[in-house]
Amino acid sequence: MEWIQQLVNGISLGSIYALIALGYTMVYGIIKLINFAHGDVFMLGAFIGFYAISRWEIGFFPALIISMVLCAIIGVIIERVAYKRLRSATRIAALITAIGVSLLIEYTVIFFRGASPEAYPEVLPKSSINILGVNISSISILILAVTIVLMILLQFIVHKTKIGKAMRAVSLDADAARLMGINVDNTISATFAIGSALAGAAGVIFGVYYTRIEPLMGVLPGLKAFIAAVFGGIGSIPGAMVGGLSLGLVETVVSALGFSLWRDAAAFVILILILILKPSGIFGKNTREKV
Amino acid sequence: MTSNLLIKAENVGIQFGGLKAVQNVNLYLNQGELVGLIGPNGAGKTTTFNMITGVYQPTFGTIAFDGKNLKGLKPYQVTKLGMSRTFQNIRLFKDLSVLDNVKVANHNIAKHSIISSILRLPSHFSGEAKMEQESIEFLKIFGLDVYKDELAKNLPYGMQRRLEIARALAAKPKLLLLDEPAAGMNPQETHDLMELIAFIRKEFNLTILLIEHDMHLVMGICERIYVLDHGQLIADGTPEEIRNNPKVIEAYLGEEVDD
Amino acid sequence: MKKSKAFWVFSVLALVIYAVVQGLISGGILDLYYQNILVQMCINIMLAVSLHIIIGITGQFSIGHAGFMAVGAYFSAIATMKLGLPLPVGLLLGAVVAALAGLLVGIPTLRLKGDYLAIATLGFAEIIRIIFLNVDYVGGAAGMVVMNMTTWTYAFAGVVITIIVISNFTKSRHGRGAISIREDEIAADAMGINTTYYKVVAFTIGSLFAGLAGAIYAHNFFIIQPTTFNFLKSFDILIYVVLGGLGSLSGSVIAAIFLTVVSAYLANFPETRMIIYSLVLILVMLYRPTGLMGTKEITSLFKFGKKGGTKI
Ligand SMILES: Nc1ncnc2c1ncn2[C@@H]1O[C@H](COP(=O)(O)OP(=O)(O)O)[C@@H](O)[C@H]1O
Ligand SMILES: [Mg+2]
Repeated sequence: MEWIQQLVNGISLGSIYALIALGYTMVYGIIKLINFAHGDVFMLGAFIGFYAISRWEIGFFPALIISMVLCAIIGVIIERVAYKRLRSATRIAALITAIGVSLLIEYTVIFFRGASPEAYPEVLPKSSINILGVNISSISILILAVTIVLMILLQFIVHKTKIGKAMRAVSLDADAARLMGINVDNTISATFAIGSALAGAAGVIFGVYYTRIEPLMGVLPGLKAFIAAVFGGIGSIPGAMVGGLSLGLVETVVSALGFSLWRDAAAFVILILILILKPSGIFGKNTREKV
Repeated sequence: MTSNLLIKAENVGIQFGGLKAVQNVNLYLNQGELVGLIGPNGAGKTTTFNMITGVYQPTFGTIAFDGKNLKGLKPYQVTKLGMSRTFQNIRLFKDLSVLDNVKVANHNIAKHSIISSILRLPSHFSGEAKMEQESIEFLKIFGLDVYKDELAKNLPYGMQRRLEIARALAAKPKLLLLDEPAAGMNPQETHDLMELIAFIRKEFNLTILLIEHDMHLVMGICERIYVLDHGQLIADGTPEEIRNNPKVIEAYLGEEVDD
Repeated sequence: MKKSKAFWVFSVLALVIYAVVQGLISGGILDLYYQNILVQMCINIMLAVSLHIIIGITGQFSIGHAGFMAVGAYFSAIATMKLGLPLPVGLLLGAVVAALAGLLVGIPTLRLKGDYLAIATLGFAEIIRIIFLNVDYVGGAAGMVVMNMTTWTYAFAGVVITIIVISNFTKSRHGRGAISIREDEIAADAMGINTTYYKVVAFTIGSLFAGLAGAIYAHNFFIIQPTTFNFLKSFDILIYVVLGGLGSLSGSVIAAIFLTVVSAYLANFPETRMIIYSLVLILVMLYRPTGLMGTKEITSLFKFGKKGGTKI
């Protein structure tokens, strides 16, 4: 029954990727920018949660909420200060700026608190539940529950609320949306806020689950979440969820088969295969450049 | 079929997602003809050009150039067969000089290899000299030689349109496709341009397919005209026939109002 | 054979710089610390110019250049340390294998555009790094011990060759073909340029010289480790090209020199260095997205000869 344990591990890791991937995919869908700094918002979320729990001694859920709110604010600030004036710039300029913002966040954190890792406090009881003869930690189950709730919430926001409709309209055609009276700037900011809040949540969950956080922790999960988003079809919300979960499972399988040192390579191999074979991803649409 | 058939497009069509942008187009061009392709905005004229030049692969039908099926060929391969074009929204190499813009299209007249250029072998110098000389000749025809060291983006608008044609000509085409070459020009510039087109046609023995939004202008210089509307050919014939065709008049009626 | 004026200016300049520095070294004025910075500077110039041909000239946005540097470093080290071959052979081998790696990576990825290409090159660079990390023959994560064999002369010769080859390529019909892709890929294609071919060629030449830079690097620092060639290294190289001006060879050289000096001064404050780097990157993109020089070259700031003088 070892493999059920692995399955749970894979789903937990995949949930974290999926939460980060959602922010990537929403931002890309709306302004066609790979927000490299998104992985660092995830890192900031983990640290905010860490300080909230260890300094203010609050519980998991309040810490999760605080982290989500602060990350949403940080995401909007990043968008307003750095990305907003790049809307008409070349894609290369936008991408380089995003790389710059990412490095700036990472090294500012290191500048103020050093590069040393931090051990996440135990906020959740360490019990486990026996399912089909396998012990599954309650943390895993909680992570899954929180992820599912957040995703349902996101689906609700995107499909049932005014701001969600505005987001979909702007990502289809920003100019047309503007003509229809939608405030494009606010809609883009809202997208950053929601995406960053999800990344913040992922940060806290990551800390609780893996218990070790450090200032460069966002880099690799950030890249992998982006890969997950591409895999699912960038711009597609269900795609990000499916992509994240698939990547988490693949990595767990690769590790379980005894190739843990190759685990990171697996993600990049998937990326390259998908880019070459079907760049629009599993849920994406093919488009052609108009000449 | 006569042997001097240059383009033969049969039942050509293309679909973008659900939208059939062009369908069932049958179009032929004889060697040496100057033919117009007209139609209201969004009729599918540029899309037809894109299919002929290999930018898009048609979803239906076949296109043959000089007896050769173009299926699967990339634009640069089509160009090498002897066809070149201009773009409706000017696509010059903006940060290259006027001369270098033409030299890019002249790429294939010289044959020196990359190694020869890196080592600066004699073939590099002779090849580059030949390209320079020919390119300047093309610029002279269009009165652009005085601007040869200017960056393309700094040229006045009308001159940019001319440079696009000069560049297309430097690729040594048998067939030249011009996509609204007079767009945005004033009547005097347009008149000069049409004379120039007539001149290069004679000088280089060209076959020309000309897209023009303005029907009256096309009537003046084309021998035959195809009319597209909503992706379909609704008429073809001499300017006289087109002028009196009720379908064409109807297609253009809505247009004239907002023109 | 007629050569352009700029070529002679460059040759004389290179000779003078070499003679002066060599004199200072022989005279004992430049100690090992400064010699090391000079070698580092040469390596960075080579990396910058080799990425310039890919991004600045051909407009293909690669952010995984450190991967090819790693290939050059490791294969040259294998040649000299494991196979006992002489250093020049090792350098050549490193460069050639890196070029082959560039060819292999370039053919499938270069049909991707913009962001997608960027992320794919980053992915390939990481895969290359992870491979070295997992091969015990080259020391795995601990890295590989390499003797210090390079001198300032090797490094400087490397720079001169890199600049001559890439500048000669650029100022030819091939270079114009590559630039036309940067300017407008669809128009280039329509004018008869085989865009895929030139993208792959530029990528391979860029990888070749990144490999040479890596090979020289490997023989300058006693040890090479996979972590050295991570994407932060790739971003470092990217910064030279972007800051110097996308499309300007002299701009990327100047940026590489300048940032090597800044790095040397801030060697004990790596965080400060990265904060400055990232701020500069953001500010340049927001307020001067063309970089310092744009597509212009330093030579165009002076007036060489009369009308029609060739630009470097
Ligand atoms: N790459 C593309 N993707 C989707 N639709 C396209 C594309 N290219 C052209 N179209 C559509 O095809 C139709 C014909 O366009 P076009 O050929 O540019 O018209 P014209 O040149 O006659 O004004 C238009 O509805 C246009 O929106
Ligand atoms: Mg058109």
